[in-house]
Amino acid sequence: MKKIYIKQFLMYAALSLAVITFIYPFLWMIGASFAPMQEIGTMTLWPSHPTWGNFKSMLEKIPIGRSLFNSLLVAVFTTSLVILTGSVVGYALAKMHFRGKQLIFYIIVFTMSLPFQVTLIPNYITMVNLHLVDTYIALIIPFAVSAFAILMFRQAFQGLPQALIDAARMDGCNETGIIFRILWPNIKPTIVTVAILSFIGSWNEVLWPLIVVRNEKLMTMPQLVTLFATGGRADSQLGVKIAAAVLLALPVMIAFLFFQKHFIQSMASTGLKD
Amino acid sequence: MNATSIINKTGSFQKRKLLPYLLVSPYLIFVIVFVIFPVVFCFFLTFNKWNIIAPMKFIGFNNYYRLFHDRLFWKAVVNTLQFLLLHIPLQLVVSLFLAYLLNQKIRAASFFRASFFMPVIVSGVVVTILWQQLLGFDSGLINRLLMAVGMQKVGWLINPDIAIYSIAVMATWKNVGLYVILFLVGLQTVPTQYYEAAKMEGANRWQQFYHITLPMINPTIFMVVILSTIGGFNLFIEPYIMTGGGPLNSTLSAVLYIYKQAFQYYNMGYSATLGFFYDIMIMSVVVLQKKFIEKEI
Repeated sequence: MKKIYIKQFLMYAALSLAVITFIYPFLWMIGASFAPMQEIGTMTLWPSHPTWGNFKSMLEKIPIGRSLFNSLLVAVFTTSLVILTGSVVGYALAKMHFRGKQLIFYIIVFTMSLPFQVTLIPNYITMVNLHLVDTYIALIIPFAVSAFAILMFRQAFQGLPQALIDAARMDGCNETGIIFRILWPNIKPTIVTVAILSFIGSWNEVLWPLIVVRNEKLMTMPQLVTLFATGGRADSQLGVKIAAAVLLALPVMIAFLFFQKHFIQSMASTGLKD
Repeated sequence: MNATSIINKTGSFQKRKLLPYLLVSPYLIFVIVFVIFPVVFCFFLTFNKWNIIAPMKFIGFNNYYRLFHDRLFWKAVVNTLQFLLLHIPLQLVVSLFLAYLLNQKIRAASFFRASFFMPVIVSGVVVTILWQQLLGFDSGLINRLLMAVGMQKVGWLINPDIAIYSIAVMATWKNVGLYVILFLVGLQTVPTQYYEAAKMEGANRWQQFYHITLPMINPTIFMVVILSTIGGFNLFIEPYIMTGGGPLNSTLSAVLYIYKQAFQYYNMGYSATLGFFYDIMIMSVVVLQKKFIEKEI
């Protein structure tokens, strides 16, 4: 009996230690963002004289509000397009018969395993030639179609009975009607999964914006924070840097707390990130 | 019923046949513009010298020649390999250990799971800024902790022998939650009868783990190794923000070097060559891993 208790104790001790390792830094960061300059270096979680100072000077120094808007706009449009194109292409691959279907399927698998270094420079050149540098379109279009989303939708549609589609066709429903009005309500979990993953992916993307956007007004939040953190403007202002990081983390963290189960299930079902 | 629906119903055979292609066309256009063209163009660029502004100049295999004699590139590759040498085993062991604990009958398992997962969903930019504070030399939290228990300060990010490993620990911290979930899924697929049978035969915990669990979750191990290899080879934002590649280029990752060649020095042709060559390297490593891990079982 005693041996079991010791084992139990050790297990919870190890897990709790792990939780502290993963969560404490975030709590410290939130506390530090409210701390006055001289208090930041300490390990305490909450400053003795909390202040909005860091956030105020951040607003003065960098257009963080605008970048928040940019990030939201880009993430919402990207996610919507990914769901739209994913559904349409996934539907064709799942429920229609046509020549070249198999080939397209293999191309999709191939593109998923293609590393980004190869496409980075040519895609930048494409943006330059199409005069899309420093536009929202440049931030959205390269992510508007996702091979991963197509495969997810294909799988979901395959699970639905053909009778559903035949019945709708009998009633005079066209293909877009079938996809969006008849089939969509039946695959809500897939839609949510794809939405969550592509929103997070878009929100956290930083390399591509660094390349195609130079105009500070169009910068996304991670990009702006990155440039701020590396550019020397923050050197003397540790608190401001931390405040910017908190603001960048907060929307995702709050969304995570709300949709925690969905997040983890969707990640588990895919084994893929970004 | 209106006219259009009647036309739809009796829609011509031709239209029916074209419809699937219409539906997949967004993907086809996308692939041509953002995948096939780039791959071809990248290959073409590797034989040229180009700074975007001046016209391209054909230089044959010069870029490849330069690559093999570029000490800094090879240093960056070695740095990345050093990073992987710590990152992959650490990630594997820690995530499997935590998943194993969570798979026991644990209270509040979802709370633990969610905590481990937090760093995964947060931007790498946030994680990097945060760890900069943890690893700072004079006022970093970890050094303060060391001093408090009477130990020496460590130059986590300023000692060229250590810096890349500090980044490896940070990257592991960021990603481990994802792999915990993957392992948890893998562990749950092992039938419990196997363990019961092993217990009957008198196998202890460790023997059960070694002879049943490990072979059964081999596909998950394979996936975790592949994903962290590819992710690790693409190491970029962490050194970019944290150290800029320093000190003494000790944290210059290969991707950071490729990025700098293109977007700081505007050597587009050379950068494309590096990218092309580096991708072939990654793919070879992944193929080798696949052979090696699958043979083991």
